[in-house]
Amino acid sequence: MNLTKRTLLGIVGASIFATAPIQAFAQDWQPRKPIDFAIMAGAGGGADQIARFIQAIAEQEDLTTRPLVPNNKGGGSGAEALIHLSTTNDPDHTILVTLNSFFTTPLRQSDLGIDIQTFTPIAMMGVDPFVLWVHKDSGITTFEQYIDTVKEMGGEYVMGGTGAGQEDSIVIAFMSGAYDLDVKYIPYDGGGAVAKDLAGQQIMATVNNPAEAKGFYEAGDFVPLLAFSDERIPAYPDVPTMKEMGQDFSYYNQRAVVGAPGMSDEAAAYYQELFATIYETEAWQGYLESESLSPLWMNADEQRDYWALQVENHKALLAALGE
Amino acid sequence: MEVLSLLGNGMLLSLQPLNILMILLGVTMGLFIGAMPGLGSVNGVAILLPVTFLVPPGSAIIFLAAIYYGAMYGGAVSSITLGIPGASTAVATTFDGRPLALQGRASLALVTAALASFVGGTVANILFTLFAPLLASVALSFGPPEIFALMLLAFATFVGLGGDDIPKTILSICLGLVLGAVGFDQISGAPRLVLFEYNGFLQGIGFLVLAIGVYGIGEMLWTIDQTRGEVTATTPKMTLKGMASDTKEATKRGWKGSMIGSFLGFFVGILPAAGATPGSLMSYGVAKMVSRNPKEFGKGSIDGVAAPEAANNSASTGSMLPMLTLGIPGSPTTAILLGGMVIWGLVPGPRLFVDEEEFVWGLIGSFYISNVAAVLINLAFIPVFIWMLRMPFTILAPVIFVLSIVGGYAAMRDIFDLWLMIGFGFGAFFLRKFDYPLAPAVLAIVLGPIAEPTLRQSLLLSSGDPSIFFTRPIAGPITIAALILIFLPAFNLIRRKLGNKKKPA
Repeated sequence: MNLTKRTLLGIVGASIFATAPIQAFAQDWQPRKPIDFAIMAGAGGGADQIARFIQAIAEQEDLTTRPLVPNNKGGGSGAEALIHLSTTNDPDHTILVTLNSFFTTPLRQSDLGIDIQTFTPIAMMGVDPFVLWVHKDSGITTFEQYIDTVKEMGGEYVMGGTGAGQEDSIVIAFMSGAYDLDVKYIPYDGGGAVAKDLAGQQIMATVNNPAEAKGFYEAGDFVPLLAFSDERIPAYPDVPTMKEMGQDFSYYNQRAVVGAPGMSDEAAAYYQELFATIYETEAWQGYLESESLSPLWMNADEQRDYWALQVENHKALLAALGE
Repeated sequence: MEVLSLLGNGMLLSLQPLNILMILLGVTMGLFIGAMPGLGSVNGVAILLPVTFLVPPGSAIIFLAAIYYGAMYGGAVSSITLGIPGASTAVATTFDGRPLALQGRASLALVTAALASFVGGTVANILFTLFAPLLASVALSFGPPEIFALMLLAFATFVGLGGDDIPKTILSICLGLVLGAVGFDQISGAPRLVLFEYNGFLQGIGFLVLAIGVYGIGEMLWTIDQTRGEVTATTPKMTLKGMASDTKEATKRGWKGSMIGSFLGFFVGILPAAGATPGSLMSYGVAKMVSRNPKEFGKGSIDGVAAPEAANNSASTGSMLPMLTLGIPGSPTTAILLGGMVIWGLVPGPRLFVDEEEFVWGLIGSFYISNVAAVLINLAFIPVFIWMLRMPFTILAPVIFVLSIVGGYAAMRDIFDLWLMIGFGFGAFFLRKFDYPLAPAVLAIVLGPIAEPTLRQSLLLSSGDPSIFFTRPIAGPITIAALILIFLPAFNLIRRKLGNKKKPA
């Protein structure tokens, strides 16, 4: 063991010597083993797509010395992921792709004992808008028709989503409250499964991110009725917004990366720089545009402020919805 | 016809020198990755995905397909030789593969597994080529009630077999269902059955952890207990002549299982919610049900090896279907492939099949070639695998233990899982001492987490009315078939009782 250590030190010393010009860089923190790249949702949904896309960029551009290993931890509306990060014994190699359940799950399940301000801000990769979709065979083409249909069906209208307290359920609950709608809500384990069951007409409507529904939209199966963004989404210029309908409501899903509580400053700096590099790549900028995400880049301090603001917003939203 | 020419181009592409090299390399690496307990095609594809950025996209796809195929073949190897499932899809292969190996007939089991895998892969490729768009709509027509009905049918094949002790089978299933319910409840989002407040239980009990515990550790304890270390398995020999006669016997006695596995596996595989593991377990159950010698199952049936092996290959190819036609990954491996496709500039989704015909058919073409390469390479390596078996048990036992530990850790990289696995090993050993069948528990922990949410989703859809399982055109017949199977043993029992009463009178 001693020998190995000494040999290793020797090699490290020699290589620092040999690569004197980039010595400063070599002293920086680098991951020493594969990075646990946890995802707060199941396979196939928006967060999962993003995590795998980021992993692929990092591999293709050779940005990390150790691989990012995607790890789906979607259980309990993301509670599984939050606990996974809080209890990890290696915070320097554990990061998480988050959704808004980063704010809502600790609020709804206070017995988990999660304080999100203990997590380490890394990067805000963008915010994802929501759109109300129906299947083309329903014949519904406008939001007004949708409202009429739901009312006519008197509680038998079936919508799918990713579970109570999840982003889409907040949007659906708001919509139901504002228009006095009574829908049946079927929870699934991820946005991918929701989109698939809308395509198979097992459910009648969904509130999905454009990225999750885009393929079916382009194939002509899904019809977008309403966007829950501040402005019309450039890729869907004919789809009106909730604000145009006279409701002061918009809702976005954050696509942010956070580090485990207790991550060292050096490791945090490494990941912040890594994800800033990924953010700037042509591939990521192209993804933001093609999947209709809005950029919302922030530094670490701004991210913490944003978290605090979002917690307050969601407290108000959940309270208004009677959660 | 255009499809055939695209497919032909895909095959020709696979036969270029660089691509042949990628296939040979991929299949061989896949074979060994698959043979390592705990590592399956998911890990193989994930580990080697970065390598594919070094070669042109066409070759990259072929390389990944080759790894995928190699890993599917390799899963059977450790299931048979060591009794540790090489991958979750190969668990059912241990049921009969291990007994065959203990009888000194490991080469027969390995040859059967290789040939059945080949049949499964070939049938799946042909079905894919001929009916892909049609099958995609079949996959979409399976909503929660249909999936639940299918899961019910899977349970029924295990309960309604007769022969085994039915109360013990049911208890074993219940045990598996309870273990499968640990973790977060999908419908309400609340944690449940977090025993002793251990956070390790929050992520649920991994299927591989249970399977390796039961079959790796449990089997080792069983062997030690039965033989006190004096394992007298006849030393297997491997000759060309022996292999030829094995091939003959495997074909003769395993064709039925292979056919069942190939078709059933494929149809279960194309459902995004299910996948290759349920497919192989269900095929095992059905093969046992229709067999003329159901008693032979679990003790070294050739059909019992052929059915799950044909099914896991067929289902794995089947799980490509929702990915390529709908953009929905049907399995963890296809999720990783989907990530790779994005990097190659392909947009996953329902348009892929139409817009990127060349890619899709090129991939399928390379499946055909990889499948042929995989069966040949696998058969060539059988003597190497047999050689492992010739080690004395006193050496093999620690190797099995170490491989089980590595495999159990590799799945989730969590030390907690290792303790759980060892606990399962001892639990399985004692249950086996009391003659409880363990396969139903393993089946239940795979199917339970699929069956439960779909049951609850269905009942939400119908506002609590269970008739939803009978009135829907696809769910109805499946549910009824499942119920008949479940109650078949009860009918038989009543008939026998009535018959007995008549006789003395």
